Amino acid sequence: MTDQTTDNGGLFAQILDYANRADPYPLFAELRKTPVSRAPNGSYVISTYREITALMHDPRVGTGSTSGGSFITMDPPEHDRLRRLATSHFEQTAVVRPDILRGATDLIDRLRGRTQIDLVDDFAYPLPVTIICRQLGVPEEDEPRFHPWADAIIATLDPRPGESQEAAARAMAEMNQYLAELVERFRMEPGTGLLSGLAAEERLSTEDVVATGRLLLIAGHETTVNLITNGMLTLLRHPDVLDRLRHEPDLAVPLVEELLRYEPPVQIDPKYTMLDDVEVGDVLIPKGSRIVLALAAANRDPTRFPDPDRFDPDRTDNQHLGFFTGIHYCFGAGLARHEAQVALTELARRLAGPRLLEDPPPYRPNPTLRGPRHLPIQIDEIT
Amino acid sequence: MSQADGALAADGRVLIVGASLAGLRAAESLRKEGFRGRLTLVGDEPHEPYDRPPLSKQVLTGRVASGSTALPQAGGLDAEWRLGVPAVGLDRAAKRVVLADGDELDFDRLLIATGTRARPWPNPAEAALDGVITLRGRDDTELLRRELTAAPRRVLVIGAGFTGSEIASACRELGLPVTVTERAATPLAGALGATIGAVAARIQREHGVDLRCGVGVTALEGDDEGHVRRARLDDGSTLDVDVAVVALGAQRNTEWLRGSGLGAGPRGVACDAGCRVFDMYGIVTDHIFAAGDVARSPHPLFGYEFLALEHWSNAVEQADVAAHNMVHAEAERRPYLHVPTFWSFQFGVGIKSVGVPSLAEEVVITQGSTDERRFVALYGQRGRTVAAVTFDQGKWLEFYLDQIERAAPFPPQFRTVGQPPSPRVLPTEFPDPALPTEAPMIVRTGHSPTERAWTLVPARGGRR
Repeated sequence: MTDQTTDNGGLFAQILDYANRADPYPLFAELRKTPVSRAPNGSYVISTYREITALMHDPRVGTGSTSGGSFITMDPPEHDRLRRLATSHFEQTAVVRPDILRGATDLIDRLRGRTQIDLVDDFAYPLPVTIICRQLGVPEEDEPRFHPWADAIIATLDPRPGESQEAAARAMAEMNQYLAELVERFRMEPGTGLLSGLAAEERLSTEDVVATGRLLLIAGHETTVNLITNGMLTLLRHPDVLDRLRHEPDLAVPLVEELLRYEPPVQIDPKYTMLDDVEVGDVLIPKGSRIVLALAAANRDPTRFPDPDRFDPDRTDNQHLGFFTGIHYCFGAGLARHEAQVALTELARRLAGPRLLEDPPPYRPNPTLRGPRHLPIQIDEIT
Repeated sequence: MSQADGALAADGRVLIVGASLAGLRAAESLRKEGFRGRLTLVGDEPHEPYDRPPLSKQVLTGRVASGSTALPQAGGLDAEWRLGVPAVGLDRAAKRVVLADGDELDFDRLLIATGTRARPWPNPAEAALDGVITLRGRDDTELLRRELTAAPRRVLVIGAGFTGSEIASACRELGLPVTVTERAATPLAGALGATIGAVAARIQREHGVDLRCGVGVTALEGDDEGHVRRARLDDGSTLDVDVAVVALGAQRNTEWLRGSGLGAGPRGVACDAGCRVFDMYGIVTDHIFAAGDVARSPHPLFGYEFLALEHWSNAVEQADVAAHNMVHAEAERRPYLHVPTFWSFQFGVGIKSVGVPSLAEEVVITQGSTDERRFVALYGQRGRTVAAVTFDQGKWLEFYLDQIERAAPFPPQFRTVGQPPSPRVLPTEFPDPALPTEAPMIVRTGHSPTERAWTLVPARGGRR
């Protein structure tokens, strides 16, 4: 056993550094040279595909929490119980596509007459918000209320030291209160969507329903915003692929998979703890250690994906970790896929002559849920 | 992938007998490996290769049409198909296979992939009654589907192995009254042992199955039109039934090899870890290979005992190895090291397994709980881990597969998520191998490549 207790000369800190947000991939490549390293806070950072996938299927690895939260933060059996109930009330088969298409069409129609747009504010943010609100039964007109709460809660996923905890706790309390009121209303007067369905489940407390609703409301749009924005950014950087998508709508399916590999919206996953001593590579990680899974590094691991830095929508055998793997596999993966496929196809089809106005675009601060804050694009017209 | 080379790859003749999953997969692999010669597939069914797992599930409930389970075929296979004609003989000296229509096919390499068939009801007159059905192929499923949609008063399923249990599950999904009889103490006892089988029994009863274990059917009786109407059980009771599904496991299709001098018999066709078939003296042949359900080969992870695996993944992976070895020189041959895996879906529960549960003496629940019907059961043999079975907990299997491959100690000492408060190591309770029960899916066939003495005759019940 060797002891990899150094931080590779501060490599992980560099990845977290905002200065490297636009292109962290050379640093991730450097990080992979040491499959198990240490973050400045003492967490073990795992960066290679084989090791990460093994850990995500390893029952000796968990969140260490068995009750009192949303299922993403919990271990079985409570995780399984809450997730199973949520699954039974969440529609994400192809029947959601007409809704998504209608939403995308409306948003693009509204851009008529403009030659400069911000893809984030004009499209990539409002589309998934509309969809997840409808799925949950949350009134879309409340978006100005829950948007700042979501931002504050998401800031806690930023592993860099900050003063976000207090603001997040306040936002969490306010959002819980808001959702609890909705749930109580659905108890009296059932409606459509997941919250109403869960409110009718006798086996769930209001706290359980609120926790699930909070998770899906936040995760249901934040990550999809980045998927769509990263997608358009990548297509604008690969005009040949953008052109193909205009003529081959079926390309959207493998293209979105490649996007999830190449620019995963969730870059690192810091939620796990070792429940026992576990050997990873040639390092023994002791029981109780926090671990950080560098999914974005694993997605470009050359021992798993040949020529990993090439964006290749024709790639086969593309088992990326863009949606994680194991029991915490992305709950909304089906919905997110439909959203990204429809959104990118419609953008490719209807934006004439799109070009990037800023490359790289300005990024959000968060290194965990990474994506551009704005994506200014010049267009000739809407067709 | 190294490409096949030499005269054989350029213009040799490869003959594949058996045109189901293993046969098709081998054919595709041969082409991928660079085989450019003549490729012929012989199949006794008139259909092109199709997928069997849905036949006892979605096809029975009508959610999937029986004709729509064709296996996708890679383009450019360029093979000659001889469908609807079984092979009836093999002349090793002449390197020739004889078909039922009298045709003779010469080969340079032969792959035996004739699989298994459903074990028939032992009384031929009763087996011939309308409504008495075995399930193996697409035509059987159509027959059974017709009976199930004709509002039967009650369906009897004889044998609670995976196929029988899945059929019972489909019947309940269709709202039909169903009785399942099983000679062992529980359903799935041959595959999982009665300790875990007891959970399957509770699940069946919760779903309204009239499950009768430790009971055999002694007779099936028909009406004047020759349709089954009644079953007699060896506990003296009778049942009024309009359909009787015989799910007593599988028989290996090796009769056509009688007299060929190969090490083939009721337990399968013995081959080495490279899929090369043994002759009756235990000498390995040079040109004849086997893959899929019909093959039995020694497994290095499990004490080199010969195993015959009736699993989808086995057919696929063994066919790949056989194809590779058929067209490569000795030094480039690959061993078949696949750890057995299978799955079943019944009564809303996904059951998955890795390793060889039937080797184990002991079992322990490492995650979840049998009361919740969601758990991981780990199987141990003499202090090492040899198998894991999950009920609705399949996402953990990769980890347990790794434990099996490392021969990890049993019982396990590690801490996991969802660990039961005080795990108890229990005996597995596999039935006496002499008991004629449902198919275990993994058949341990001993250490001798020429083992041919073993037969299984379903008992007729003694108290008639």
